[in-house]
Amino acid sequence: MSAYMTGIIIILCLNIIIAYSVFLPAAAGQLNLGAAGFMIIGAYTDAYLSSADEGLGLPIALTIPVAALFTGLVGFLMSFPILRTRGVYMILATFAFAEIVAGIVLNMEIVGGASGFPVTTHTELEVLLPVTVVVVLFGFYLISTRFGLSMRSIHDDENVSLLFGVNTHLVKVGAFTIGAFLGGLAGALYGHQFDYIEVQNWGILFSIYVLLYVLIGGTQTPWGPLVGAMFFTFIPEILRAIGDATGIELFTELRFAAFGVIIVGMMVLRPEGIMTRTFLELLFRKSIPKSNIKLS
Amino acid sequence: MSNVLNLTSVEKSFGGLKVIDNVSFNVKKGSRTALIGPNGAGKTTIFNLLSGIYEVDSGNISLDNNDITQIPARKRINIGMSRSFQNIRLMPHLSTIENVMLGQHHLANSARENFFPLGLIKTNKWAKLAEQSLIEAGLDTYPGQVVSELPYGVQKRIEVVRALVSNPKLLLLDEPAAGLNSTETKELQILLEKASSSGTTLLVVEHDMNFVRNLCQHVVVLNFGRKIFEGTPDEVSRDPQVLEAYLGGNDNNAS
Ligand SMILES: Nc1ncnc2c1ncn2[C@@H]1O[C@H](COP(=O)(O)OP(=O)(O)O)[C@@H](O)[C@H]1O
Ligand SMILES: [Mg+2]
Repeated sequence: MSAYMTGIIIILCLNIIIAYSVFLPAAAGQLNLGAAGFMIIGAYTDAYLSSADEGLGLPIALTIPVAALFTGLVGFLMSFPILRTRGVYMILATFAFAEIVAGIVLNMEIVGGASGFPVTTHTELEVLLPVTVVVVLFGFYLISTRFGLSMRSIHDDENVSLLFGVNTHLVKVGAFTIGAFLGGLAGALYGHQFDYIEVQNWGILFSIYVLLYVLIGGTQTPWGPLVGAMFFTFIPEILRAIGDATGIELFTELRFAAFGVIIVGMMVLRPEGIMTRTFLELLFRKSIPKSNIKLS
Repeated sequence: MSNVLNLTSVEKSFGGLKVIDNVSFNVKKGSRTALIGPNGAGKTTIFNLLSGIYEVDSGNISLDNNDITQIPARKRINIGMSRSFQNIRLMPHLSTIENVMLGQHHLANSARENFFPLGLIKTNKWAKLAEQSLIEAGLDTYPGQVVSELPYGVQKRIEVVRALVSNPKLLLLDEPAAGLNSTETKELQILLEKASSSGTTLLVVEHDMNFVRNLCQHVVVLNFGRKIFEGTPDEVSRDPQVLEAYLGGNDNNAS
């Protein structure tokens, strides 16, 4: 495999994990613009625990899970204030959370402050790829459970879910916490791929992109984050390849603008995301009786 | 026959306006009772008080002679009360079968049940039960289909099935026949009679007096938040106060 392809697959895997981290809360109706905050906590916790020079030099088989669990714990504690907000206020609260995390880490000399922190244990895809597969399978599993059903019910109608006996608060805290755990996991894995971490990697733009993967992929099914992350990883590369091959300036110089146009187009054409329930039914089951489809 | 539900001097105001004014009535165990009255009479508010969405200002509600006035909304399904809604409140992004499985939630609320992959192992007992209930209700709808795409009349009846699968002692139905055509209304009636004959008590808000007459033995009439009459459907349709409430004084229609 070429170094270029390996590089793309690494980015794809990290994008998929962080996409599930935002998707699971989103499936329960939570809009999370704090992906960067969870990445930072996971990345720095893992880096500090595992780095041989400036950190504790612990083995990554320990540090990666601990970093993810610690991020999950932070997410659990943060869920109490954040889940008091809704809709656009939740977007702002999660964004504020990520900014606070960035601000704190930038001022922590023990992890290098603004100059970043080296990660001494390098891994290739042998760790990242299997973990990504497990995360995807976990996403599908969780959504298929009654807990997942409760999450999706809350997304649609929290009050009615409550009347049917769903412990809505517990489920919402659970979804937020699991999302934080996966965000921390993505952050921890990132460091071992790129050998250096700095807070500036994970600003507001990062969080916006991740939320976009999820919304464009679709929040109704666990296919959504997978397709969304692929879309966001491959389309810019495809635009670049077209640009290189044709020499058309639009694709080389303006590929981010072209990408923006594609995103807006997707939102207009498929406002509920690419992978909707109905779309999956059409793909996998040919036999929806005509009489069951409302004509109006 | 004993009562499954007692309301004693229940009152509720919104912003100084008394919407439920000293309402008392009982629902006999195993009965099919109707709650009727012009629009704005307070019928839905009574249901919201019964299901715990609103707290009563004063008065008592008891189920099977236990005072439930202080029991939070989420726990009321555990003690045997479930409901449908005047405006459809199905989960639009869930399939038919998933909506019905939500109705089973309180029967399956252990850690083990919550983390069993229902959607991956499709032959599980909950899915089978849900499918069975849909078939019994004559809703041989494609079970994996998202409900928001189904016709109104089908959605309305799926709501009734969702409430029924929680095995309630008392089933509260808020205008279940509204918007149904005559075939669908007939099917709804058969479904409710079946539920009733297996022991579920029905309390039904409904404007369609034919439906009420066919289904219910007992009728409670509300007007402007007060109980103005109760009796058999025949007595109700002869009572001058009830006729007055529907035809005179206010301009509400008496459909
Ligand atoms: N949450 C609320 N806030 C303020 N007023 C309400 C509320 N719910 C119901 N009402 C008022 O209570 C009265 C009774 O409404 P409702 O119970 O819906 O009547 P019905 O179901 O008999 O048509 C109406 O005047 C309505 O405007
Ligand atoms: Mg009403």
